[in-house]
Amino acid sequence: MIETFAALSQGFLIALTPANLLFALVGVLLGTAVGVLPGIGPALTVALLLPVTFKLDPAGSLIMFAGIYYGGMYGGSTTSILINAPGESASMITALEGNRMAKAGRGGPALATAAIGSFVAGTIATVGLALFAPQLVEVAIGFGPADYFALMVLAFVTVSATFGASPLRGMTSLFLGLFLGLVGIDSLTGQTRLTFGVPELVDGIEITTLAVGLFAVGEALHVASRRLHATDELVPVRGSLWMSREDWRRSWKPWLRGSLLGFPIGALPAGGAEIPTFLSYAVERRLTKHPDQFGQGAIEGVAGPEAANNASAAGTLMPLLTLGLPTSATAAIMLAGFQQYGLNPGPLLFVERPDLVWGLIASLFVANAMLLVLNLPLVGLWVRMLAIPQPWLYAGILVFSAMGTVATNPSPVELAMLLVFGLLGFGMRRFDYPIAPMIVGLILGPLAEAQLRRALAMSLGDPTVLVGSPVAVVLLALAAVALLAPLLFRGLARFQAAED
Amino acid sequence: MSFRTSVRRVALAAGLALAAMPGAALAQMELKITAPAGPGGGWDAAARSMQQALTGAGLARSVQVTNVTGAGGTIGLAQFVNTARGDGSQLLVNGITMVGAILTNKAPVGLDRVTPIARLTADPLVIVVPKASPHQTVQDLAAAIRAEPGKVVWAGGSAGGADHILAALFAQAAGADASKINYIPFSGGGEALAAMLGGHVTAGVSGYGEFESQIKSGRLRALALSSPERLAGAEVPTLKEQGMNVEVVNWRAVVAAPDISAEQKQALTAVVDKMVKTPQWTEILKARGWSDAYLSGDGFAAFLTAERERVADVLRTVGLVK
Repeated sequence: MIETFAALSQGFLIALTPANLLFALVGVLLGTAVGVLPGIGPALTVALLLPVTFKLDPAGSLIMFAGIYYGGMYGGSTTSILINAPGESASMITALEGNRMAKAGRGGPALATAAIGSFVAGTIATVGLALFAPQLVEVAIGFGPADYFALMVLAFVTVSATFGASPLRGMTSLFLGLFLGLVGIDSLTGQTRLTFGVPELVDGIEITTLAVGLFAVGEALHVASRRLHATDELVPVRGSLWMSREDWRRSWKPWLRGSLLGFPIGALPAGGAEIPTFLSYAVERRLTKHPDQFGQGAIEGVAGPEAANNASAAGTLMPLLTLGLPTSATAAIMLAGFQQYGLNPGPLLFVERPDLVWGLIASLFVANAMLLVLNLPLVGLWVRMLAIPQPWLYAGILVFSAMGTVATNPSPVELAMLLVFGLLGFGMRRFDYPIAPMIVGLILGPLAEAQLRRALAMSLGDPTVLVGSPVAVVLLALAAVALLAPLLFRGLARFQAAED
Repeated sequence: MSFRTSVRRVALAAGLALAAMPGAALAQMELKITAPAGPGGGWDAAARSMQQALTGAGLARSVQVTNVTGAGGTIGLAQFVNTARGDGSQLLVNGITMVGAILTNKAPVGLDRVTPIARLTADPLVIVVPKASPHQTVQDLAAAIRAEPGKVVWAGGSAGGADHILAALFAQAAGADASKINYIPFSGGGEALAAMLGGHVTAGVSGYGEFESQIKSGRLRALALSSPERLAGAEVPTLKEQGMNVEVVNWRAVVAAPDISAEQKQALTAVVDKMVKTPQWTEILKARGWSDAYLSGDGFAAFLTAERERVADVLRTVGLVK
């Protein structure tokens, strides 16, 4: 432990040199910018910068990449909250409550709780990274396909938290998403499914295209269709721009819980950033004292998932640094960055280049602090965007959405899909079907399928493998409790009511 | 440094640069390279490295890299064949994975439509087992496969890719029924590596570079390399040395558009021929850990045809292609 702190303070000496501070600043600025623009993610930015940084000093450019990664995670939530267009799948959940808050004039507190929550979570997770990396990684690689499948089952159960009023409509939406998840190459056999000879469908349906189509385009159509009847008043700011004492009181626990969910799941080689945000949203919805506000703009529903999202980003760096395991697109490109300098991340890196590893970890703290300082003053500016007259704002959102989609995948088919999903989103809104479960289905369906089939292939078809490890059993038990507890309580309440 | 010496140095450098460029017309070339995959992957890296070497050495005035992602490169291939026809300034990066993807995706456009230019690199694959595995040598693993092919669980890259092909050919060489192998594809090296380290599978296949750090730290035991020769700096024997007649390498190549003239083909080949001799290219190969496997002209065309036939055979055997 003492050695860790000595190494970390050595790292701060490296991170706080003027040149490296400048790299970190450039990184977070770039990261925030690309996070705000839909379609251009941190992965693409880092990839484009790799050849440019070829001649730079390795520590400096890796510090810059880390800044881009953290900055992208920060920026992604801004568009989610303000214009209901999640730039990446991990900030989809943020849009649920965040955009409601923005529409009710509480965009300021929503952005602030996201920014501060990201800072808190990023800091906690970076501490976790510094202290526990080697031990936690051992646990993480012990996760087999059966354990992942159990985690997916737990995530599926929590989806009901996003269902809204009617479970039947929620299930319909979820199953539509699961169906879309079947499109594309079957990862286990390499055969194409439901692609109807359209090559663009071979890789499956892009999650951001579905999310932006359903959320942003669907909403623009919805607003347009209602203008003739009555205009929804969009209030840029109601009450304080800043978080009230009440907001703080309701935010700090979700930040901590979100960090605790995000960091370990992000550290799992196949954990990802999406699942912790689903879990965090479900947990906050269960624990809140204001259940009536969920779906109408509950601040807990922004604070928790945003913290989870950012904590998972630090979690992702853990397997990368300690094992050389890239578990996200950005991490994979950062790995290429290491290799460009002839460095191989892995157990030996901590021994061979401690200056680099600890400099990088220390610069994560620095990047986090910079992002907070950078983003809080911007809140006022961002919120002003909502003061743009509605027709202009929504026209802008349509242009932005189309641009983002084309930037990710320049193909007319992709644009057509965006339009179809937009129409679908409009119809779902019109007939009161929740949208989030459909996207959750598209994200979780293929993951759960692949893990289940891998588990069964490894056990030669023996289904008991699914309950064969303690981790899987615990996760499945949690899922069972989450599924049955509300039913039991309801039954109990009815029973008691009957007794009275 | 005084002003005069610096002028002299610049003049000297310019003179050297001119001397190094026998075909001054070549430097006028404006190339467009399509990487049929997203940024960050091997094909993207190859395209951007070519860009770096070609412009750095002054072999081309400008090089533009375009990423066309999707479907194992077959979307990029189709777009290239349709839009670049007869254009002598365009190149497409490809590799063994594309050969397999064309077959498994039943892609409308195949590699028979492009003009072969050159193979650039060929990285060896490595067969590894977890540290605690009972299999000490390739022969142990071969015996296990011979006994019960389904019980040996392989982890590797996407279905139908180079890793899968090596697993199938290995089973065949071991005398087992290759259609019975239990191969579990993972997306990206990271997850497959985690499955190996976690001891969830019997054996794993991947590019040597991806597992190098784990092999050196002793967490994975490397049984064999799939290349014809040993790799410098790695104390891992090849399959051939150990009596298994199997050879699969993850090669990357560049091809040109359909229907280009013989002169255009010659000019493109000449540029690539020169590029691989530049110090910039050597430096990139070293930094990226790529093994040089340069082969151009008819040699490469024959190699491409042979590889297409071989991959098709293997994929039929394992049941990916009917």
